[in-house]
Amino acid sequence: MKQSNKQLTKLLAAAFVTLIYIFLYLPIAIIVFFSFNSSKLNIVFQGFTLQWYGIMLQNTDLMSALENTAIVAVATVVISVFIGTLAAIGMFRYEFRGKSIVDSFLYIPIVIPEIVMGISLLAFYHILNISLGITTLIIAHVTFSMPYVVVTVRSRIAGYDMSVEEAAMDLGATRLHTLLRITLPIIAPGILAGAMLALTLSLDDVIVSFFTTGVDSMTLPIYIFNKVKTGVSPDINALVTVIILITLLILVFMRTFEAKTSKKGQVG
Amino acid sequence: MNTVAPKKRRAFSRSIPLFLMVGPVILWLLIFVAAPLVYILVISFMKKGTYGGVVASFNFENYLRIYDPLYLKIFFVSIVIALATTVLCLVIGYPFAYIIARASDRNKSILLSLIMLPFWTNSLIRTYGWIILLRTNGTFNTLLLSTHLISQPLQMLYTNGAVMVGMVYTLFPFMVLPLYSSIEKLDRSLLEAANDLGAKPRRAFWRVTLPLTVPGVFAGCIQVFIPTLGYFFISDLLGGGNSVLVGNLIRNQFLAARDWPFGAALSILLIVFTIVLMRVYKHFGGSLENIT
Repeated sequence: MKQSNKQLTKLLAAAFVTLIYIFLYLPIAIIVFFSFNSSKLNIVFQGFTLQWYGIMLQNTDLMSALENTAIVAVATVVISVFIGTLAAIGMFRYEFRGKSIVDSFLYIPIVIPEIVMGISLLAFYHILNISLGITTLIIAHVTFSMPYVVVTVRSRIAGYDMSVEEAAMDLGATRLHTLLRITLPIIAPGILAGAMLALTLSLDDVIVSFFTTGVDSMTLPIYIFNKVKTGVSPDINALVTVIILITLLILVFMRTFEAKTSKKGQVG
Repeated sequence: MNTVAPKKRRAFSRSIPLFLMVGPVILWLLIFVAAPLVYILVISFMKKGTYGGVVASFNFENYLRIYDPLYLKIFFVSIVIALATTVLCLVIGYPFAYIIARASDRNKSILLSLIMLPFWTNSLIRTYGWIILLRTNGTFNTLLLSTHLISQPLQMLYTNGAVMVGMVYTLFPFMVLPLYSSIEKLDRSLLEAANDLGAKPRRAFWRVTLPLTVPGVFAGCIQVFIPTLGYFFISDLLGGGNSVLVGNLIRNQFLAARDWPFGAALSILLIVFTIVLMRVYKHFGGSLENIT
């Protein structure tokens, strides 16, 4: 009796989890599904086609939105990881006056509603007479992702024993050598985690981008946002499908990288 | 983190001075977070110019205007929707996080990545997926009609229900992740102890598991509740014109109505509301580190 009860609970749990995952993937699956539909309307599946994948390449607005998204994401990752990692190491290594203030300051962009950050940057750019474009977009993205990078990198390096640095130097390694051969390999997984987070945040942002983008620097989500009201053609579905494939590839790559580094015993 | 012995610090401190490491972040936050927020605070006390713009004249009018029944109703509806979203996320998310936290190590990492994966597709794009599913001639209606379960297409898109679905869908991971980490951290020997002392599983759950995972519950609720108030694009796309939330109201002041001072006052109110919630959260022992 008790055994069958346990089995039933397990079955119910599995069914429940499956349902949730269906819920999470349904909207994505439907977009992918209709990217192969020969009808221009995303309503009934009329027949299989790959034509939208060709049409999407000729849609210059769509392609430039894609390009902008990529430029902003890469720039955001580079800037926020560089500044954020420096700060994370600094805050991990040093005790200094006002550290706790810097700490709570870092949480402001994390905690305030995105819409408030968006409009405050919009107003700020406006009063400084900075016209909206790709630069204002990058600044905005760095602003909301950098604190996450600091927090992530710091928590990842918190567990490491940095005395190996001293050991290296005691044994005669130069400072540069120590940095390149000891410090960086130790904190690399933390930096990678921070970079991934910055990339995710930049790619997923809608609200802050909405307020800080110019007409010529629209990112993909903003482009789609403007299109949805007038009707979206399936070439957008096709592009989204391609993006999903690329992110899957990146994730698989990341997984293998993580597996490799953890084998070397560098992931704590 | 604070237990680093002074001796260990030396090697690094010799390579890069402190102000070069922490300085850039502080400078960035001052210029692009603090200054814009202060500016918003300032214009919330000013007046709207005839052609948009902001006219300097100190007054509280923008804050007093919020008492208009029209705006109060928007606040009320927003809070109801945000609360309902939070409760739904919690009720679905808790058992979900619990099951994942109790899965085998291998399954755990797969199940967790499966939650994160949709995140990699922009939330607006996923919302567009919901439009395809929910609209009058959308997938759900087509399926229901072809199976003769209904004879007329249902109005699903452009309802508050659709907005709720979109919000729960978008914010669900923000609830699950903190819940998961607090359930995962739970010391299982406590449950064994409860069992040894004669507590039935149900009692052990209510008296041990749930109280000990309250920090995760709080962190999750805050991370769902606050963003819901500002996610204007979800109510825009799924609620049509029928659903105006605080986020839409603020957006409209800054774009359509060009009444920046009023929009700024609304934003300040939203910030104050957020601060109050964070205070309550910290008061009950919540930590900021759970909110990332």
